[in-house]
Amino acid sequence: MTPNISNVDLCIIGAGPAGMAAALEATNKGLSVALLDEAPRPGGQIYRNVQRTTPALSAILGPDYVHGAQLADQFTAGAAAYLPQAVVWHIEATEPGYRLSYSLNGASHTLDAKSVIAATGALERPMPLPGWTLPGVTTAGALQILLKSSGTVSDDLVLVGHGPLLLLLAAQLVAAGYPPRAIVETVPMAKYWKALPHLPAALRGWRYLLKGAAMLGKIRKAGVPFYGDASDITLEGEAHLTAVSFTAGGKRQTLETSNAGLHHGVVPNQQVSRLMRCAHRWHPSQHAFVPVLDAYGETSNLDFYVAGDGGSIRGARSAEWAGRLTALRIAQKSGIAVPQKDINHFQRKLNEDAAARPFLETLYAPAAQALSPNDNTMICRCEEVTAGQIRRAVADNAPGPNQVKSFLRTGMGPCQGRMCGLAVTALVVEGTGRTPDEVGYYRIRPPLKPLALSELAEYEPAAE
Amino acid sequence: MPTKISDLLIIGGGLHGCASALFAAHHGLRVTLLEKDSIGRHASGVNAGGVRRLGRALPEIALSCRAMQMWRQIETIVDDDCGFHSVPQIKVAENDDDLAFLTERVSQLAETGFSHEQMIDRQTLRAFLPNVSEHCVGGLHSDDGYAMPYQTTAAFARKARALGVSIHEAEKPHHIVCENTVWRVETNSGSYRAKSLLNCAGAWGGEIASQIGDHAPVEAIAPLMIVTQRMKPFCTAVVGTARRPLSFKQMANGTVVIGGGRLGHADLDTNRSDISFAELRHTARTASDIFPVMRKAVVQRTWSGIEGRTPDSLPIIGRSLRHENAFHAIGFSAHGFQLGPAIGALMADFIATGTRPPELAPFTLERFDAANIQPERK
Amino acid sequence: MYRRLTPVSAPIDFTFEGEIVQAQQGESLAAALMAQNLTPFRTTPVSDSPRAAYCMMGICFECLVTIDGQPNRQACMTEVRQGMKVTRQRGAA
Repeated sequence: MTPNISNVDLCIIGAGPAGMAAALEATNKGLSVALLDEAPRPGGQIYRNVQRTTPALSAILGPDYVHGAQLADQFTAGAAAYLPQAVVWHIEATEPGYRLSYSLNGASHTLDAKSVIAATGALERPMPLPGWTLPGVTTAGALQILLKSSGTVSDDLVLVGHGPLLLLLAAQLVAAGYPPRAIVETVPMAKYWKALPHLPAALRGWRYLLKGAAMLGKIRKAGVPFYGDASDITLEGEAHLTAVSFTAGGKRQTLETSNAGLHHGVVPNQQVSRLMRCAHRWHPSQHAFVPVLDAYGETSNLDFYVAGDGGSIRGARSAEWAGRLTALRIAQKSGIAVPQKDINHFQRKLNEDAAARPFLETLYAPAAQALSPNDNTMICRCEEVTAGQIRRAVADNAPGPNQVKSFLRTGMGPCQGRMCGLAVTALVVEGTGRTPDEVGYYRIRPPLKPLALSELAEYEPAAE
Repeated sequence: MPTKISDLLIIGGGLHGCASALFAAHHGLRVTLLEKDSIGRHASGVNAGGVRRLGRALPEIALSCRAMQMWRQIETIVDDDCGFHSVPQIKVAENDDDLAFLTERVSQLAETGFSHEQMIDRQTLRAFLPNVSEHCVGGLHSDDGYAMPYQTTAAFARKARALGVSIHEAEKPHHIVCENTVWRVETNSGSYRAKSLLNCAGAWGGEIASQIGDHAPVEAIAPLMIVTQRMKPFCTAVVGTARRPLSFKQMANGTVVIGGGRLGHADLDTNRSDISFAELRHTARTASDIFPVMRKAVVQRTWSGIEGRTPDSLPIIGRSLRHENAFHAIGFSAHGFQLGPAIGALMADFIATGTRPPELAPFTLERFDAANIQPERK
Repeated sequence: MYRRLTPVSAPIDFTFEGEIVQAQQGESLAAALMAQNLTPFRTTPVSDSPRAAYCMMGICFECLVTIDGQPNRQACMTEVRQGMKVTRQRGAA
């Protein structure tokens, strides 16, 4: 079935909270909107499967998740042309506007849009630990997706890492009747002290802190063992994970288990903004690259915007405010009357929501071991390149991630650098003493996702 | 205090610049090389890696054969194997017209004394390429190869440095002037002086040439490449066709690299090269026509680079028409990689001895502009 | 080990390596395989190492399987379909 949209005012990529909220706001203002998302149903990752969830699962997942159902229902009832299972693989500037190429049901098509919002969210910060490629090891986010979309849990899970998402998952698993075997936490004591000065500001975001405290309460009450300030973590096994070992409290411990969930934060998914050659900068406290955005989410490319966690990690609620703010701005720029107070309203909500961030970002800065992995640790999972190989290439005068890529093939595998990009940049920073802004990131080229050659052979871009 | 004067200043840190630097150093010259970005950043570092005599324009063949000898012992030149693999290169004939075209070429070569290209029949074609499409009727074969472009360029730079060449990256010349037979090149951070100047600035070669008063018509192009996800091994040769653009090779790791003639868009000022899928779909179709197994292939990524093309697609190599002590080696028109080692050796000979090697004779600057023919040599 | 919180209510049957697997309608192939602890999903082209789903959101490309003869399919991005024939991907496609 050939989609019958070819030209819109606004194309949104991603059906998470930012994308859905932007679609609603934009269509309310009379813009023609198309939203493309690669999943079969709306919700992104945070509200995955929310329209089909059961009462039992909702009770486990909590009220924040349920809020997503309302948003998703409004979205699917709304006026935006929604294309699920559409995989965007290229975006070209047509000056003015953009042409998107996407794959749907095995055939590729183009869509022209005056403005684009990339609302593709975040991905887990890579957490390279010895043995992290073993079957049975997943991200914590993967376990949330498994729970949300399949009502499936692990009955002997060891969680490794730190952060609000990890605690949320643990609390949800407790509610499901399957508390984790253990939480092996990677926050050095010093971080607690470092984060303390940010606490007063964080109190403005007291709702977040209260939620965090409530989660911790549930987890402790369920008797989940906590191993703090863990280091030298190894994931062990041959064909499958069989144990997690670590040093904590001065002792070496081994927990036998078949499932581990790793997490030490999420970072903006840069693939689209890098493809578009938007300006990026290193965000020191988020420890990630973020696109440079103005107050309304516009990138350094005219009429190209990023909303939600793809712009900066602020969570699901902020993603909605950002989506709405950006949509209003686009409407305003296209000549539609938008009351300034509406724009101010969303900016204020964003600011309020961000109050707890400095505290959380300091407390939950990336795990030291994962930032400086030992030489044997695999960094590029696709091409099976280790930290040691990368360090040697850097020492041998590979001045940046793209040269490392040329020498070692890191970033050339199917995941296109999504899993190793930040880790390779970190190793180049370590080896050269330059800053992340100086070192940069992989050059991202189309297709954004792998594309069948036969589909490319049949591709007929619309006449300009 | 005036800067030291080297013997040779090379502009451009691609393969031709680095190779020329290396061989000039072997001649005992003090060499400085300026690269505006980083070594191998442009065409030299991102091309398809074909090391090919097959199908070259007749004027290039002597040069190409010289280069081929060097490739076969590349390790002795740069202490690095450059990822060079000796494999057949084959141009597939899809019909009788293709066969006639290729046969004609073989006789042209024979007339000039070259026999490295041989016709192969249907059966022999399938001995080399068991997975070639049923409709292919034969082809043209040469014992050639392929190598890794970035690795090669970096190896030449490394060896040149080891021989005492000063290589400066992130140095873009913004002013070039000859004062009393000494060249002075100004960049943002410094001033460099040398007795001779060699322009190896690739796609930017025309701009550099005009700064010294030469008209060298070089146009910036962006050749497009596809690489697929790994596939089980099915092809060990490098494959083209008689008359359709294609360059096709399966690497040792199973990925397939496909290029050949399709162009995106290049911007000399921003270093940007943009992909065109409207063009690449033709590449995809041609590859699937020749190898039906490619219908299961998945495009993993595409890339492009910035290359310099001349109006007749032959390089511009030779002495400046305005200055005795300036030289050019630019405009390799998307087929300069294989020539690189020989260009380096021959340009170094030329500059060191003053005598132009015969292999370089067909590529002079004179051919482009009648006004160039009666210059005043300074 | 992974396990379902509640039994399958809307069953879909497919095969994995020739054996019948029951899945819940609407879930991804990766989730269905994990729920039955079927592992690994593939072995890598570089070193023949076993891999299974890692991110469940289409980012990591670890969950590649062959579905009805088509290789390089991400199990986490593919919804289960009645009768689909899934096999491990061994090395390159």
